[in-house]
Amino acid sequence: MVLDKEYILELLQNVTDPEIPVISVIDLGIVRDVIIDEDSLEVVITPTYSGCPAMLEIEKEINNALKKKGINEFKITTVLSPAWTTEWMSEEGKRKLKEYGIAPPNPTNPEDIECPQCSSKNTQLISEFGSTACKSLFKCNDCLEPFDYFKCH
Amino acid sequence: MTDLTKYNYVLQHADNCLILGQRLGEWCGHGPILEQDIAMTNISLDLIGQARMWYQYAAEIQNEGKSEDDIAYLRDAWGYRNVLLVEQPNGDFAQTIFRQFLYDTYSCYFYEALMNSSDERLAAIAAKSHKEALYHIKWSGDWVIRLGDGTEESHNRMVAAVQELWSYAGELIKPNETEAKAHEEGYGVDLSAIKEKRDAKIREVLTEATLEVPESTYAHEGGKDGRHSEHLGYILADLQFLQRAYPGLEW
Ligand SMILES: [Zn+2]
Repeated sequence: MVLDKEYILELLQNVTDPEIPVISVIDLGIVRDVIIDEDSLEVVITPTYSGCPAMLEIEKEINNALKKKGINEFKITTVLSPAWTTEWMSEEGKRKLKEYGIAPPNPTNPEDIECPQCSSKNTQLISEFGSTACKSLFKCNDCLEPFDYFKCH
Repeated sequence: MTDLTKYNYVLQHADNCLILGQRLGEWCGHGPILEQDIAMTNISLDLIGQARMWYQYAAEIQNEGKSEDDIAYLRDAWGYRNVLLVEQPNGDFAQTIFRQFLYDTYSCYFYEALMNSSDERLAAIAAKSHKEALYHIKWSGDWVIRLGDGTEESHNRMVAAVQELWSYAGELIKPNETEAKAHEEGYGVDLSAIKEKRDAKIREVLTEATLEVPESTYAHEGGKDGRHSEHLGYILADLQFLQRAYPGLEW
């Protein structure tokens, strides 16, 4: 079987974060590289937060996705450096997050967070820490709904 | 042959992260309000994640076929190298906050400096952890100010917390033999170089919190060399019970 990088990346586009099932490991920017050398395959990933419990699941999911397509010879390597940043999140990923009800990271102005429900910028931080390591908790002062913000990191 | 100095150096930081993470985890379901319960367990999770990076490296340096779990779960108290601060009991919320603040003021500057380590792996662990430490210190620093400059009750509790824990601040930035040697060899942090920044940060936050910076420089020490307070044994009894009772058990 001839391995093709584009094909592998496409496969991984269907592997999603178990905590935020709308966003894929590619959109999140945790797949750092796919290295193909003749018939050996290496998928290089990096953790989001060092204690993120989803990482183990994600590795298993990548494993399953490849095996399902009959790819059995590969390795998944974890690298720590350079450290993951939300700047690696794709525009597509940010759009999907918003649709799902999570405000995407806003690196240009982290004080200016838009409500994913009504798009108002009249919002307020409730807690720096949210339901998972990558999120903090906000509330919208216009539609009064609370929402998660995927914080810049 | 194992580089024993580097192994011990890595272990000191692994143990700091694990023990403080375990302590914070004790708050799970008991936080004063839901958001802060979540904050403490989030920080706990970060610390345990950081501990794993350190233990994995320790296991590689040791090179005796042991795993990160073996090192965490199968050593006794005297084998632990964490500072005495992190094993101190949670006390009330103010005490937990101040313990965290003292650790965060140290860890922020420590990781910042370690990013320049000659050892690539240490530099990578530092870069990853530093981002998280900045988030932690924002939280603990804000709470020191909020409680210190809050009601009479919260102010008094912060005063008591500072009194209770101040004597554990010194050990963090006083190098033991391992740290001195690690710095000499180029991969360890020069603690004397971060002391000033750390002290200034503590002073800045305590002043804003209307709290006095204690003058005493008396420091309890020994944790880094395996001499612990009575608290560590109880923590390990909780932490290690399952692996001790059912060796090799997995989820
Ligand atoms: Zn809204």
